[in-house]
Amino acid sequence: MSTSFEKMDEFVNLKETELRLGLPGTDNVCEEREKVSCCNKRALPSEIESSTRKSETSPPRKGQIVGWPPVRSYRKNNIQTKKNESDNEGQGIYVKVSMDGAPYLRKIDLSCYKGYSELLKALEMMFKFCVGEYSERQGYEGSDFVPTYEDKDGDWMLIGDVPWEMFVRTCKRLRIMKGSEAKGLGCVV
Amino acid sequence: MNYFPDEVIEHVFDFVTSHKDRNTISLVCKSWYKIERFSRQQVFIGNCYAINPERLLRRFPCFKSLTLKGKPHFADFNLVPHEWGGFVQPWIEALARGRVGLEELRLKRMVVTDESLELLSRSFASFKSLVLVSCEGFTTDGLASIAANCRHLQELDLQENEIDDHRGQWLSCFPDTCTTLVTLNFACLEGETNLVALERLVARSPNLKSLKLNRAVPLDALARLMLCAPQIVDLGVGSYENDPDSESYLKLKAAIKKCTSLRSLSGFLEAAPHCLSAFHPICHNLTSLNLSYAAEIHGSHLIKLIQHCKNLQRLWILDSIGDNGLEVVASTCKELQELRVFPCDLVGVGDTTVTEEGLVAISAGCPKLHSILYFCNQMTNAALIIVAKNCPNFIRFRLCILEPNKPDHETSQPLDEGFGAIVKACKSLRRLSVSGLLTDQVFYYIGMYANQLEMLSIAFAGDTDKGMLSVLNGCKKMRKLEIRDSPFGDKALLADVNKYETMRSLWMSSCEVTLSGCKRLAQKAPWLNVEIINENDNNRMEQNGHEGRQKVDKMYLYRTVVGTRMDVPPFVWIL
Repeated sequence: MSTSFEKMDEFVNLKETELRLGLPGTDNVCEEREKVSCCNKRALPSEIESSTRKSETSPPRKGQIVGWPPVRSYRKNNIQTKKNESDNEGQGIYVKVSMDGAPYLRKIDLSCYKGYSELLKALEMMFKFCVGEYSERQGYEGSDFVPTYEDKDGDWMLIGDVPWEMFVRTCKRLRIMKGSEAKGLGCVV
Repeated sequence: MNYFPDEVIEHVFDFVTSHKDRNTISLVCKSWYKIERFSRQQVFIGNCYAINPERLLRRFPCFKSLTLKGKPHFADFNLVPHEWGGFVQPWIEALARGRVGLEELRLKRMVVTDESLELLSRSFASFKSLVLVSCEGFTTDGLASIAANCRHLQELDLQENEIDDHRGQWLSCFPDTCTTLVTLNFACLEGETNLVALERLVARSPNLKSLKLNRAVPLDALARLMLCAPQIVDLGVGSYENDPDSESYLKLKAAIKKCTSLRSLSGFLEAAPHCLSAFHPICHNLTSLNLSYAAEIHGSHLIKLIQHCKNLQRLWILDSIGDNGLEVVASTCKELQELRVFPCDLVGVGDTTVTEEGLVAISAGCPKLHSILYFCNQMTNAALIIVAKNCPNFIRFRLCILEPNKPDHETSQPLDEGFGAIVKACKSLRRLSVSGLLTDQVFYYIGMYANQLEMLSIAFAGDTDKGMLSVLNGCKKMRKLEIRDSPFGDKALLADVNKYETMRSLWMSSCEVTLSGCKRLAQKAPWLNVEIINENDNNRMEQNGHEGRQKVDKMYLYRTVVGTRMDVPPFVWIL
């Protein structure tokens, strides 16, 4: 076992003088692995990254390997959150607001508001409209206008359902829906 | 034959609390087995599928405390689909039916539903303690049942769980008569907290020693809470943003000074670093400090805080502390036993992180260090060799170099020699995680020297089956082996089937193990559950002609006395 290790030592040292684009130390030493890796079934693109180390010319970015770095998902979610928030420190969390029928969009700073009631009041003033009564069951009742937002996943959600902090973290843009389109979201028929 | 009556022997056994020791005691003779089983109070089940509740009750009819672990460790890193299993419901149902006098339930990586929590709260009149770590599946409604129904609740400890926060009033569900709380940890809840209910609860809990708040508890509330509970030993600060000139801040400073029993500090989930100085007066009392979620605390504020913590035994920190910060730790915290350095930046390359220099500094400055978890960008063999010389007492050594396969950044060599030095020097090493560029050689060293090793985590390492074989043959005390993205296959897997009877579990994902290899193993070892986890489609695996030679994406095997589990989801195939 030690002799094969020594052999590999020399091999690696030879490679040191070569100009290449791959990761240092990861080259034909791993030929065996590479041949075999190609036969592996990898359904997810992110998993393909992790197995084809050699054939790529760029190192696998750690963000693309499933389950790497080995940090609990709870911790991952909470740290990233705070990083984003601290990036926004002093700059505010600006999101676009569109209103159906309005000629142009506006932008508001979500960090200026402490909760939903303040936010909705500000929107009402900005666009000169009124939202209805909010209830968990029925959404916004009593108005043609329904405030919605696009979240991280690209889904359009009703404003007010999730805790405020979660909303601020996951909101990408706002949209005040109007009329018949709004009915689908807001009401229980 | 016993020289003493059974009651005396039982009384002696009462002093033996470690489950490993009690297991050993029960093997001495039939009489001791019998005495031990009726007197065992705390039962530890490391794999909830290794046994079932009925067998548990048959053997230990009188237990009061149960610890259960569900999903394999790699589930923490999203490698196990959510619906894999680990449900606590059948356990609670069986314990309720069996009228167990359950007082304590500790769960890790299990699926807990509101229904389970409700049943738990109603079935055990003396229930005192609920500890949930890395669990999921429940909401604050479940917590409300616990609060409302467990009359003698002392401990509610929620650590890093995924809880659906319904913004309900679970805190106000504690009845006014509930005054027995000792531990309350709800730091992982996302939503708003009823501050009034919280303050009243804390005020009527004179025994409260551990309080960990979530981010919805602002600084002025913290001040009031600390004034209500000056006896606090373990505090998790929620949100910590304030104006240093404000009245709340002054109140806080006064409150902190009164907390002379405070030994452990954590949280700072949202923090204004310049307010940390309020804690300086009590820092010399601290033995445990967890700032690993405080992304905004770094630089000089962090250093100043740490310089006051001369008696720290446990430190969890982010790598934004930098090598310089670690040098301060090394020169200040001479009592340090456990250090965890977590990565701040999880995608892309961060600017301030730690390197091998920080690790070396710590090893040189902290002679009592025995457990380390270290995420870094680079490492060298030379550094690891120095660390091994400085700290031969490591029990846990987990090194994670963020870039897979990264070699010694000075010599471009694999890190075999460095890790080899660690296992050679640290004769008490029980847990090891390796990373960076590694060949079969490192496993040769591990098999040769790591005689006490119980848990080994391998990722992107090794060359051939010889590597895994070295470990399986050499590490006699191995209990949990988890491997991902490494070229180990059927030959290593099948070499010594009986080895797996001495281990709790083996995880292999993205390795070279084939379906036919796993099938052969399952045939040879009917006392093992060999699970193939294939999120895509297990049926497809069978239909594609060369079925046997197909590589298995994820395999998890574990010894069990109760055979195949009944709650297998469609994407899991037990051979």
